Amino acid sequence: MFTVLSRITHFGFKNFWRHGWLSAATVAIMILALLVFVGLIIFGVVADHAASSIQDKIDISVYFKTTTSEDQVLNVKQSLENLSEVKSVEYISSDQALSIFKEAHKDDATISQGINELNSNPLEASLNIKAQQPDQYADIANYLDAPNLSQYIDSVSYAKNQVVIDRLTAIVKGVNRGGWVLTIVLALVAGLVVFNTIRLAIYSGREEIGVMRVVGASNSFVRGPLVVEGIISGILAAVLSMIIAAPIIYFVSPYLKVFIPGLDVFQYFYENLGKLFLYQLIFGVGIGTLSSLVAVRRYLKN
Amino acid sequence: MAMVVFQGVSKIYNSHSAALEDLDFEVQPGEFVSLTGRSGAGKSTVIKLLIGEEKPTKGRVFFSQYEVNKLKDGELPAFRRHVGVIFQDFRLLPMKTAYENVAFALEVAGRPQRDIVELVPQVLDMVGLSEKSGNFPHELSGGERQRVAIARAMIHRPEIIIADEPTGNLDPLNTYEIIKLLEKINQLGTTLLLATHDKEVINTLEKRVITLDRGRIIRDEEKGKYILV
Repeated sequence: MFTVLSRITHFGFKNFWRHGWLSAATVAIMILALLVFVGLIIFGVVADHAASSIQDKIDISVYFKTTTSEDQVLNVKQSLENLSEVKSVEYISSDQALSIFKEAHKDDATISQGINELNSNPLEASLNIKAQQPDQYADIANYLDAPNLSQYIDSVSYAKNQVVIDRLTAIVKGVNRGGWVLTIVLALVAGLVVFNTIRLAIYSGREEIGVMRVVGASNSFVRGPLVVEGIISGILAAVLSMIIAAPIIYFVSPYLKVFIPGLDVFQYFYENLGKLFLYQLIFGVGIGTLSSLVAVRRYLKN
Repeated sequence: MAMVVFQGVSKIYNSHSAALEDLDFEVQPGEFVSLTGRSGAGKSTVIKLLIGEEKPTKGRVFFSQYEVNKLKDGELPAFRRHVGVIFQDFRLLPMKTAYENVAFALEVAGRPQRDIVELVPQVLDMVGLSEKSGNFPHELSGGERQRVAIARAMIHRPEIIIADEPTGNLDPLNTYEIIKLLEKINQLGTTLLLATHDKEVINTLEKRVITLDRGRIIRDEEKGKYILV
């Protein structure tokens, strides 16, 4: 058993080396496939980040009538926080609202003067509410519509922004769903290309397989070295694709940062190097092994 | 006990014509039997049936203790280690050196490394290729390639060596050398079944000749001659 295994491994390595350009071509195709694969993972991260940064910008604000006491507002806040749909609630008192307003318009003399001439604070206290999922804003708006709450409330921004919120929600959903579809389709294409390359390589060696069988080689003795070759190709392609991907990501990263602030793709790549390499290895070795097994099957019949 | 027995064997590839029809013959241990006949007479089919590459449509094929027509796919590799086969097109593994091609027959049989190191040089020496053991098939001449194939066929000491037109691609001098080599192997006790349509080869051998025509045996003679049919 040990002799057989060591011979199979030995043959696999030797064949890989002696097949020269054929092995090189297989590894090259695998590298391309793995680059697509790592590209898809990175794309997923970017899309996720983009989606959540859009999601973060969506919120609804509830403005309370000036007659409402702070305790009542905090009660509403408390009750909102108990809802499972609500991610966070931020309370902005009328005083805070005023200072924010002043700060925002400090360069505009007319407005600053106008504000200072007022005796009382005209701004209303408000709550900024963020939902767990963008499609939950409608539910939250409904909740605020209930008579026991609506008596304190002057206005809810949701009604005004509903169209924009719905559109952003649709975009976020679209990006997520489209990303998945794209990932699956491209991963499938990459897998098929590798499979066909290995199949052609084995096809070119089909006569050898026939010779081995005539000499008395068992199926595992024919299959084994081919699988070993597939594994070697997978490992090499995984290592090389990471080496190729690193500088590409390093150069592209700053440009992505411009589009999506707060996203450092290269840092993500660097921090998850081990995990990404493991994925590449699993994908590469998996597809190499599987392709070899499937491709050789038809030549082992008879 | 006969080494090879064909019992009422027919092989039909398609409904129009039969490759073999009702073939009966035996080969005794230690015999050197030539199988002749023009192209398409059924020589190759006999060999394919004997090594289990094809199954007979009718009849039974025995080799030693095996009933070849009943062997399952999984049993074929082990069975084939009891026979040595030589082909017209050599069928060497192109990515292996002469030494490795010969060693391969032992490796697939799971023989230990020390046997391989000991036996392969001996057999290569016997076929006169000690000097070229490190060469790849494409670096060898036709005659040399066929000698590698013979070395590979005999390395595991099979009970029979089956040669399918082994000199078909060779010039007369190489043909002569290959046939001499086969005779030598036969003299050392291995049964030989040689399929050929080479008149010179048959006439110089002066051994048993079975002549096939359109899938039937038309002549089976001790010390036979090549007779055109």
